[in-house]
Amino acid sequence: MMKRETMDRPDRSTRRRFLALTGGAAVVGAVPIVAAQPAAATPAMMAAAMRDVTGAAVVRTGKVKLDVPPLVENGNTVPMTVSVTSPMTAEDHVKSIHVFVEKNPQPNVGNFVLGPRAGRAQVSTRIRLADSQKVVAIAKLSDGSCWSASVDVVVTLAACTEEVI
Amino acid sequence: MAAALINVPKKAKRGDVIEIKTLMSHIMETGFRHTATGELVPRDIITSFSCRYNGEEIFRADLFPAISANPFIAFFTTASESGSFEFSWIGDRGFSESASASIIVE
Repeated sequence: MMKRETMDRPDRSTRRRFLALTGGAAVVGAVPIVAAQPAAATPAMMAAAMRDVTGAAVVRTGKVKLDVPPLVENGNTVPMTVSVTSPMTAEDHVKSIHVFVEKNPQPNVGNFVLGPRAGRAQVSTRIRLADSQKVVAIAKLSDGSCWSASVDVVVTLAACTEEVI
Repeated sequence: MAAALINVPKKAKRGDVIEIKTLMSHIMETGFRHTATGELVPRDIITSFSCRYNGEEIFRADLFPAISANPFIAFFTTASESGSFEFSWIGDRGFSESASASIIVE
């Protein structure tokens, strides 16, 4: 019971240290396996990353449309489109679009800076998802307001943390 | 290394909103993966992308490891005058690539 051969994370040094630390005191079946997992972003980290972008502004839901497939087979390349309802004039336009995720190792995905010359507030790219999780897009408008949209995505094959052969 | 693929319409009417699609060949190594022996593979990503239209910056993006390999970025702009688009990608380990495309606005 002390040896856990089935652990899927290849982080051997951590595991060894972990076993050395807990080995003597290990109670059968009560060892928390999660302790050896690599650090993943938490919803709190995502909230902190979002605050860095929005500052004190209140983030309201609406205006933003986030297109991500709700079920993806391969988390290594997930098509994503963010569009914002905006006239895109000099007085009223989208200044930037920011995308965040909850459970990747890092909460930030991308920051996209636009301007009134864009004509249409829409950005497409392909992202990586390390787990089934919530994806959030925030748009910052020229009047300082922030709008958001979120989608829950189910991922069958995760990205980022797999072993390199 | 001609690594970039750019898609810009050749011609557009003045005031048209046009879509620009870009793709840069790059591994986008996250820095979170391990080899079979447990060593961390160092991060190697493109961190910044920008597009200039006749010298004026019209679009910029900060990229993170969560962007897929061979980053594809598509965005829009208003065709205002004939000229050129200059694209640039900057990343880890001194990565720097640029590309350009021209447009005729009638």
